[in-house]
Amino acid sequence: MSVLNAERIKLTSTKSPLWCSLIAVVVSVGFAAIMGVAYKSLVSSGDNSMGEFTVAYTQAGAAQFGAMLVMIMSALAVTTEYRFGVIRTTFQAIPRRTQVIGGKAALLAAIAAVLGLVIALASFFVAQATSGETLSMGSGDNARELFGIPIYYALLAVLAVGVGTLIRQSAGAISLLLLWPLVIESLATIIPKVGKYVGEFGPFNNVNYFLGNGGGFDFHWGPWGGLLYFAAFVAIVFGASLFVVNKRDA
Amino acid sequence: MIEVRGLTKTYGSTKAVDDLTFSVKPGIVTGFLGPNGAGKSTTMRMILGLDTPTSGTALVEGVPYHQLKQPLRTVGALLDAKWVHPNRSAKAHLQWMAAANSLPMSRVDEVLRLVGLSEVAGKKAGGFSLGMSQRLGLAGALLGDPKVLLFDEPVNGLDPEGIVWIRKFMQSLAAEGRTVLVSSHLLSEMSLTAEHLIVIGRGRLIADVSVKDFVDRASDSSVRVRSPQLDALRGLLTAQGFAVHEDPGADHQPALLVAGARTDDVGALAGANGIVLHELASKQGSLEDAFMKLTGDDVQYHAQIAGQPAAQNMGGALR
Repeated sequence: MSVLNAERIKLTSTKSPLWCSLIAVVVSVGFAAIMGVAYKSLVSSGDNSMGEFTVAYTQAGAAQFGAMLVMIMSALAVTTEYRFGVIRTTFQAIPRRTQVIGGKAALLAAIAAVLGLVIALASFFVAQATSGETLSMGSGDNARELFGIPIYYALLAVLAVGVGTLIRQSAGAISLLLLWPLVIESLATIIPKVGKYVGEFGPFNNVNYFLGNGGGFDFHWGPWGGLLYFAAFVAIVFGASLFVVNKRDA
Repeated sequence: MIEVRGLTKTYGSTKAVDDLTFSVKPGIVTGFLGPNGAGKSTTMRMILGLDTPTSGTALVEGVPYHQLKQPLRTVGALLDAKWVHPNRSAKAHLQWMAAANSLPMSRVDEVLRLVGLSEVAGKKAGGFSLGMSQRLGLAGALLGDPKVLLFDEPVNGLDPEGIVWIRKFMQSLAAEGRTVLVSSHLLSEMSLTAEHLIVIGRGRLIADVSVKDFVDRASDSSVRVRSPQLDALRGLLTAQGFAVHEDPGADHQPALLVAGARTDDVGALAGANGIVLHELASKQGSLEDAFMKLTGDDVQYHAQIAGQPAAQNMGGALR
């Protein structure tokens, strides 16, 4: 409990976590509004290429942009401590490092989940308002795509804390976290033959499949399997970071 | 009480700390002395559980650091005053530390008052001067009212006022019965602050002695004497078996330097023989000279003095 309390004070006593959260909300929800407007104008001009309006459309900003900011915020919570030497003071106060990194991950996952819920719901309603379409929250797929966002964010926070702990450097950790989904798992999928496997087994592709953006790959399991697959990937990275942080000199 | 037993830390083939054994007793300030790069900081980091020793142990109050439940209540440390987030206020910095060890938040205001930072408690630590940062670091070290305190080069870069303030502070902490270990590469500073010295060079223990013994043992004392009857005095001194040589000194007046003598001896000899003295002064070798004599071979990086080749040790250090 004392670990969580200390981490809470750290997060709330500098401004960057607050700014990251605010930008995530504004841009993600703003994108949902734009998606709605665009859909409406497309449909009214008789173009049906976007197909039926889906929850995934409303959550595009949340799943892409908001997700990036959650990772940046979470990675920075670790890397700035390394940058300024604060991590040594932290380890002096709490020598059991698993508790420190675990506490950080738990707190950030909780914050990310709340943030995800706010963004998902706001995007859901704003996009309906701007598109003029109505979506049900009740159907299985819709509920998964909507309430999947907070689950996704919580896992991203844990992943980013792990990567931040492994890399210890803001620029490096954030580059890896952003380039992994944007380049490795999207660009690589256009390579003939190999790309198919990157698509099917890429952790981010799998979690996007869970969120209703399958990208046309043949996954070997259902959407919930995709989530489990991503969660296992996060657990491996986070476990590695715990192992390394306990081995390494601070 | 800090007990270090056979502590060793190697980085690749370099031994930063080499089989170090010593203990630091409560109630006095113990100086941890050595040239830059001798392994002082590495040793302190191992005592605090930040670095893992290659072999050996470091115990604080009888247990390894990582076994302490709420370490800040037992050990306070100031290793680097800049280990603070620059955009966090001094108060928030101490608050998270207090929270981490379930210390009452009232302690934060107490230690801020103690180090004289109450007025700037809400200001960002990044804007602090070095002196203020040191005070904040000290406040952090004192937060849990610990029995053991470690300071790494606490007076580096401070102005004279700050140096005197820190020195008095450390002495008062020791006087309260705490264990205080202070590292420094400045012997003159340590001779004013500490009672006991642990001297290391290239990671090895060189001396574990009281400051007084260290200074007496390491520096040779001599007597400078000036007299209108200098030649007569020289004869008398030489007859007594003293080594005497000319010492014009900075004022270029004829004078003698008597090695290994006390002023009492020279004065009595002159008086008994009716020799007039114009000056009779004891001259102590500088502490730095003494320090160099002891650690001479253990300084890792010798500077090249103009006109001379780099010291031979250089080759050894780079080998």
